[in-house]
Amino acid sequence: MTATDGATPTIVLVGHGMVGQRFLEALAARGLTAAHRVVVLCEEPRPAYDRVALTSYFSGKTPEDLSMTDMAFIEKEGIELHIGDPAETIDREARRVTARSGLVVDYDVLVLATGSYPFVPPVPNKDAEGCFVYRTIEDLLAIEEYASTRTTGAVVGGGLLGLEAAGALKGLGLTSHIVEFAPRLMPVQVDDGGGAALLRTIEDMGLAVHTGVGTQEIVVGEDGAVTGMKLSDGSELATDLVVFSAGVRPRDQLARDCGLSVGERGGIAVDEQCRTVSDPHVFAIGECALASDGRVYGLVAPGYEQAETAAAAIAADEAEQLTFTGADLSTKLKLLGVDVASFGDAHGVTEDSLDVVYSDSRSGLYKKLVIGRDGTLLGGILVGDAEAYGTLKAFTGSVPPVSPESLVLPAGAGESVQLGPTSLPDDAIICSCNNVRKGTIRGAVTEHNCTTVPEVKKCTKAGTTCGSCVKVLGQLVTAELEASGVEVDKGLCGCFSQTREELYEIVLALRLNTYQDLLDRYGRDHAKGGDGCDICKPAVASIIASLAPVIGASVHVLDGEQAALQETNDHFLANLQKNGSYSVVPRIPGGEITPEGLIVIGEIARDFGLYTKITGGQRIDMFGARVEQLPLIWTRLVDAGFESGHAYGKSLRTVKSCVGQTWCRYGVQDSVRMAIDLELRYRGLRSPHKLKSAVSGCARECAEAQSKDFGIIATSGGWNLYVGGNGGATPRHADLLAQDLNDAELIRLIDRFLMFYIRTADRLERTSTWLERIPGGLDHVRDVVVEDSLGICEELESLMTAHVAHYRDEWADTINDPEKLARFVSFVNAPDTPDPVVGFVPERDQIKPDLPLLSIGLRPAADVLEGSAQR
Amino acid sequence: MTLAPETMTDLKVQLRLGDADDTDDGWFTVCDLSLLLPGRGVAALLPDGRQAAIFRDRAGILYAIDNRDPFGGAAVLSRGLTGTHQGRPYVASPLLKQRFDLESGRCLDDETVAVTAYEVRTAA
Repeated sequence: MTATDGATPTIVLVGHGMVGQRFLEALAARGLTAAHRVVVLCEEPRPAYDRVALTSYFSGKTPEDLSMTDMAFIEKEGIELHIGDPAETIDREARRVTARSGLVVDYDVLVLATGSYPFVPPVPNKDAEGCFVYRTIEDLLAIEEYASTRTTGAVVGGGLLGLEAAGALKGLGLTSHIVEFAPRLMPVQVDDGGGAALLRTIEDMGLAVHTGVGTQEIVVGEDGAVTGMKLSDGSELATDLVVFSAGVRPRDQLARDCGLSVGERGGIAVDEQCRTVSDPHVFAIGECALASDGRVYGLVAPGYEQAETAAAAIAADEAEQLTFTGADLSTKLKLLGVDVASFGDAHGVTEDSLDVVYSDSRSGLYKKLVIGRDGTLLGGILVGDAEAYGTLKAFTGSVPPVSPESLVLPAGAGESVQLGPTSLPDDAIICSCNNVRKGTIRGAVTEHNCTTVPEVKKCTKAGTTCGSCVKVLGQLVTAELEASGVEVDKGLCGCFSQTREELYEIVLALRLNTYQDLLDRYGRDHAKGGDGCDICKPAVASIIASLAPVIGASVHVLDGEQAALQETNDHFLANLQKNGSYSVVPRIPGGEITPEGLIVIGEIARDFGLYTKITGGQRIDMFGARVEQLPLIWTRLVDAGFESGHAYGKSLRTVKSCVGQTWCRYGVQDSVRMAIDLELRYRGLRSPHKLKSAVSGCARECAEAQSKDFGIIATSGGWNLYVGGNGGATPRHADLLAQDLNDAELIRLIDRFLMFYIRTADRLERTSTWLERIPGGLDHVRDVVVEDSLGICEELESLMTAHVAHYRDEWADTINDPEKLARFVSFVNAPDTPDPVVGFVPERDQIKPDLPLLSIGLRPAADVLEGSAQR
Repeated sequence: MTLAPETMTDLKVQLRLGDADDTDDGWFTVCDLSLLLPGRGVAALLPDGRQAAIFRDRAGILYAIDNRDPFGGAAVLSRGLTGTHQGRPYVASPLLKQRFDLESGRCLDDETVAVTAYEVRTAA
């Protein structure tokens, strides 16, 4: 390329999305950033972020979490990144781009990565107030704000993004509708059978689905805001807001304006090097490009490949002349908690191909494999259970070593086999986002000495984009380590070779009631007689506490040796905050509290100057207590009849409830009474991780029971029990364990379920991950706790009975024990002196930690944290 | 035969501070040994306003390091869990779990970070 005015040659990138960012990384990897001036014009007000994970904003990810741009990289490579300043005109003759701000840049190479825009069908009032699209973080922020004062939402489009959008609206508390023109949901990815399985599951979640109807008009009220939609079948749907998610179109206007050739249905026409067919100085990559195979790719993996291709072409490195001639459209997603995957020739368009189908619409399962005449696996669709996706996709194009039927039958049914990734050939692609083959992953273990998934991810980049292959990565790493003679240690930690479950069995069977006894008798040889570690101490403390009444240990977690095993939260019976102060949460069973109780909490918080906040679990958290204040605060709380809320423990937190039948017009059972009964029954129960619960008084599910470890939903005939739900970073809908139970049946089943979980879970394993890990999953748990297939239910129940009978309030006992109270001081040599580092400053009429007082010098590097979390 | 438990009420825990002027040979008396629970720490306020975290292990050996977590800034290392890593005693910060060698003060999870370690002894 010729340099303009003899200056450094300039590469201008228009658009800084995921593909644009990958292009910059590809330039840097080829050393092009050093030899070129690189200018990036980005329209959005923030640099590249993970658009694929956009919806995770609604499950708690912040825009910062979603960012894919490492500013240190941009700086180090000397890239000039202009945020919020889109390119407005291109003068190809002069090779000059002008941005909105008036910035003019002359280029030697121009790369267009402008992405796509959401298609909005040309219906009347499509731009009315309350109409949105679903494409950028800004769109989501706008939807969130608008939805906060509305009750109903509709999504136009039942494709992948449409379902995500509908799930997001539901998550915002709206009654949600999906309107899809095609006769089924996700028409591109699944066939009619898959669509039916999907439909059932999605309707079960409370979303209303309208398929086979088009949107004819957006109806607006007098104020010009959306009130409803007219549909093509003549019906009208009342809704407060409409999200258009009816596909995307390439953003090629800039290219059209400067005379670059575009496809009939849009897209900037490029050749196999991603160079525009009209101008050798201009490239186009990602969703704005019309590839040489005549297609526009709307997935990130092909976009990444195009970014690499364009960078290689610019480097004009003969040794590495990449071409982009087309890409795989395989996808795996978890939509609204439902696994949906399609790969290869999912619709069986190959001549003479045959289908192998397993369908169980009752449980929302649908699996189809497309097989060629010679037995080659050509593609497939998985709905409801996409566990096998990674393996099946890698086998696509080859004849699998077992019969296709056995690959789609559910586990445990007759012929089913679990085809492990170990049987894959070395050239099978495991990570299609980053094009990493199995051989490369094996090499990372055998040649680069990687022993963990994070190490392999760092070494190969596999699993770093969409994450759908991480499970297969884990299996490959384990298999490779085992094959190379490295014994994979399943022990709890460096001190014990047993798993938590095995230690539990030892403690229970031998009635061992001290940590030292367990360590000295059953620890690894080098650990015997030693001090243990910060992993096994709290884990064993939890086992001892769960079993305390039956193994003859004290039921107070601060008695004797137990005091030395507890994490700081349990040790001070409060929650440590960032500046060394603690927060206090009294138990408010079922979220029911008298005005007098509220006043007492308010007075205590006021008298001690605490920051108060309502928790998600329907109680009140008081922050900013110093260690030496905790006993004083609790003396007053206990006097007023409050007891520990165990917010600090790996134990039962709260049982939320809606107001239920007593007040609510819709309620069918007394959910508050049941929530109080359950909370009082299981309070203080130590478990592998925290336990949350909720009781809803009717199917409207206002208490969000399906996001809890055990959730109860009232029916007209009794109670439905759901288990294994979770909110947080990896939300999971709870699974229905049993239906229409009476009170006694419900409690007996929860007793068994919790005790079985406590007995068999790993350390810090929530019920949701436990349920997915243990062999047989939900069915096995149901067999054990409902059918008593292991004959242990009587023991499980008696363990729970012992817990309930021996429960005592930890805080009431502590404030009456001078020896324990003596530990609640900031300084052993100055019991009356408060920690001078714990200070507060005002904010919004309350206090917040005085962070400058902590004079933070160092932040831990991210990989240190990752490493420590794995220990 | 039953051994009478050691009486420790009269034993004092002492830290050696750099400055020998206003203390007894540079040894600063903190508290009775009996206040230290094996496997747990306590915090002590030093004359110059700094804080020390003092630990006692199962064998009765004492350790002392600076109480401030250099990553988060809060003075909380005394409240961490102790253990043994490759034969050496450590405490894991209760904030974000980085481990510190109790003898040298070095962070086991980030070699660029260390806290002050103090000499500690018991005296009658």
